[in-house]
Parts: sequence; C-alpha cells; structure tokens
Amino acid sequence: MCGIVGLFCKSPELEPRLGEHLAAMLVQMDDRGPDSAGVAIYRDPAPDGLVKLTLYSHDPELDWRARGLDVQSVRAGHAVVLVEGDADEAEAAVRREHPDLRVMSAGRVIEIYKEVGRPRAVAAAFAIADFDGTHGLGHTRMATESRVTTEGSHPFSTGRDLCLVHNGSLSNHNRLRERLRREGIEFQTENDTEVAAGYLTWRLREGATLEEALEGCLDDLDGFYTFLVGTADGFAVLRDPIACKPAVLAETDEWVAMASEWRALAVLPGAADAQMWEPEPCVVYAWEKALV
Amino acid sequence: MAVDTVTAAEVVDLAVMPLRELNQRLHDVAGDTPSPQRWQIVNPNGAHAVACGIDAPLEVEILGHVGYYCAGMNKRAFVHVRGNAGTGLAENIMSGIVLVDGNASQSAGATGRGGLVVVQGDAAARCGISMKGVDIVVRGSVGHMSAFMAQRGSLVVCGDAGDALGDSIYETHVYVRGNVASLGADCVEKEVGEHHVAELCSLLERAGLDDVDPVEFRRYGSARRLYNFEIDNAGAY
Repeated sequence: MCGIVGLFCKSPELEPRLGEHLAAMLVQMDDRGPDSAGVAIYRDPAPDGLVKLTLYSHDPELDWRARGLDVQSVRAGHAVVLVEGDADEAEAAVRREHPDLRVMSAGRVIEIYKEVGRPRAVAAAFAIADFDGTHGLGHTRMATESRVTTEGSHPFSTGRDLCLVHNGSLSNHNRLRERLRREGIEFQTENDTEVAAGYLTWRLREGATLEEALEGCLDDLDGFYTFLVGTADGFAVLRDPIACKPAVLAETDEWVAMASEWRALAVLPGAADAQMWEPEPCVVYAWEKALV
Repeated sequence: MAVDTVTAAEVVDLAVMPLRELNQRLHDVAGDTPSPQRWQIVNPNGAHAVACGIDAPLEVEILGHVGYYCAGMNKRAFVHVRGNAGTGLAENIMSGIVLVDGNASQSAGATGRGGLVVVQGDAAARCGISMKGVDIVVRGSVGHMSAFMAQRGSLVVCGDAGDALGDSIYETHVYVRGNVASLGADCVEKEVGEHHVAELCSLLERAGLDDVDPVEFRRYGSARRLYNFEIDNAGAY
C-alpha cells in the first residue's frame, strides 16, 4: 500500500492555500498508510547567502533556541533554521555540533515534516493546513521493508531542495546500499526508499540531470515503485515498467496534482472538470515553474 | 443505450448516504420489494466500489469520478459513469453494460465473464486482463499488457495499444485501429475475415460508436503455441 499526494500551484492565487489542499489530499490517503505520514513543502525562500534546514529532535521538550541556532519556527519536534554558507557545510556543522539532531531537509525553499501515527493526526500535529507554498508533496506509509520510525517515514531528502516519496518496495536495496556507501552516500535507516533517495543523490552529484537520474532507476532499481520527486521548481513522477502501484495525474489551469487514488484529487477545487489520466510506466512526467 | 427517459430517477447523494447503504439498496432491488429502476448517484468524489454487485436491470448514472472497482461483478444493470474511473472498472462483470465517459485506470474489465464495458477515453495498463467473455470497447488507447491471458470475448481499441498486447492470450478476439507498441508472448496478427468485420460492426454499434469504420482495424489473437508446454517454447515464457 502507501499513499502519495502532490500538488503544484500553476496559479499564484492558490499558493496561500497550498497546505490546506495538501492536508486534505493527505487525509484522503489515511487508510493506504496508517503507520506514518509526512510532507515536503516548498515555501518561503531563504535570504541570499543563507541555507534553510529542517531539523528533527527525538526530544519533544528540546529547547531549540538554547542551541544557538537561528530558529525560524518549531512544529512538533521539527525546527526550521537558517544557516550561513554552503548547504553541505551547514549540514556537516549540524551533524558535528548537534549529533542528537537529524537533518530532514536542506536547501533554499524545502521544508520536510514527518512523523509516525495516522496521517490525520500527523497533519494536525504539524498544522499542515496553515502552510502557504508553491508546491508540496506528501506520503502516507504502510510499512513493509523496515521499521515504523520517524526517520523511516517519507519524504526522504535526496539533496538540496530535493526529496522523494515512494509507493512500492525495492528488492535489491541491500546490495545497492552497499554500493552507494562505497560512493560516500550516508544512510540513516535500513529503509528501501532511503536507498532510492541515496541513488538519486549520487546520480545528481555525479552530474546527471533529474530526468537522467530517474531514468537510471529503470535500470538500477529492482522492485515496484511509483516515485514522486520534489524539486525547488516543481515535481516529477516515475512508475516502474510493470506499474502495478497506482498513480493518477490531474491538471487544471490552476494546478497540477498527483495521487495514488482519485479520491485524493476529488477534494481539490475544480477537480470535477480537471483533465485526469493514469501516467504510463517508464515515462518521466515533470512540471516546473518555468514551464507552465 | 441512452439513459434519458421520462421516468424520474432515485437520486442518492454520496456526500450524505454511506456507500454501503447505497450498495445495499441497489442489491435489495434484486429481491421482491418494488424499487426504483433508475438511479442517479451524485458526489461520488472518487469513492471505491460504487454500484458494485448489482443483479437487476437497473439504469444507474454516476455524476462524477469514481475510484476502484466501480460496477464490479455487475449483472444486468446499465451503469453510466459521467467522469473518470479508477482501477478495476467493472471487474468480473457478468452481464449488462458499464459505460465511462472519461478515462479508466488500469485493469478495466478484468476477468469479466459477460456484458459490455465501454470507455470513451483511454484505458490504462492491463485493460481486459484475464477476460473470460466480456466485450470491451475503448474509444481511445489502452496501456501495456492489455488482454494479458485473455480467454474469451472481444477487446476493441479504436486508438493505440501499449507494449506486450495479448501476452499469453487464449481465445479473446483483439481488434486495434491504431498502432500496437509490441505484441506479447504468443500473440500474433491474424487475418480479418468477413465474419470478423461483422463482429466489429456489432460491437461498435452496441458501444454507440457510429463514426468508427470497422475496416480500419487489425486483428490479433493467439498463435496457440503456449497451450501445452514444449521445451522449444521455453524462451517465449
């Protein structure tokens, strides 16, 4: 199982209500993924010269401001902080100086929030409905390959302003994880999706475009997947060659949306008149701000 | 096959009535109590299993998009979806007609044993998988692995077909007007005889497609090499 949702605002008028619509979509996928849920929201760009990190603490009582971090907001164990300099350096500095914290996302616009529990409760805990933003994606998890933990929840960060959510299961993730570790990619869990995220991180680091990296999945990943990848400017969808994991795309003049099921799209304004179709296997579908 | 008649329809709002109650009411029609023959379902909002398991000559019109398994196991009823349909449309249909104005997701008409499924838009992957006697007419195109292990009935595709059409097919008749990306194991193109054109004419007429010329179709079916295991065919599996 697992449920995926994604919403991309073509019209700026929709941006103040991005979170409200994304939360409604996520809740519709509650019974596809009752174990955990998460979202990546693209919003509120960091000022020039600064990097935005989403950090996570296991300690719900943590005094974030006592850490000497430039904390912008705190939501249910997740804090958005601004750090000077390069994203890689910023992430390394947090790992070095705050080993108890996890870096959930890093970039200019991305924020990732994820937690165990029913999606409806997770959406409420993070007040997802209050977010504005240009686009966002979400996931509801029914765990198969690894434990139900915050770190094992989706989305997974795959690099600067990039993230991945996945419906399916991969069968060659153990061997691929070892191969990627030799390439210097770090992993925090035994989760199969984290390996796919690490694979994309590695390919992008080696100079591949997002489209090339995704097409590489068709050769190098064995298993079932519908992927939704968030980027600073939009999102992309890819299904494995068999395409047994569901996916529906919909588009109006106002928005583009992707979901595992029709009912998650039905909650969007104008859904009744949207163009809706099922994406084909092995085809990368991508939307970017610059292109619409 | 028009639904528009002068008799008033029983209107059910799925934003108000629980789905199980609606389906139970549709099932109760098969009993002895007098019931409405025309039904109109509003606000389906992508719900799963809408109008499943009907066994009565009803006309059911659904205004909007439906989720998985709409009109599954249908017997005798005419179910008209005025929107798109999710995975498994009319799965295991026994008889009657299921018509979708928009697109259908994967596995439309899967395992159907009789009746007619019409998709005015595109049907996605595995359309007609393991069909056992249903007739399926798609105005647009079908996705990959359509008619996989299809046993009886006919699949008519007015547009194109995706990869591996008719893989391991038995005796279903497959007609495609557009391009076929590739044929699956043991599926071959076959000659179109006069009785095939007549069959196509009948299917298109029943589907209400009067602007499609049956002469433009090509026919595909089983080469019958996989019926019994032979070691020489191992590479084809």
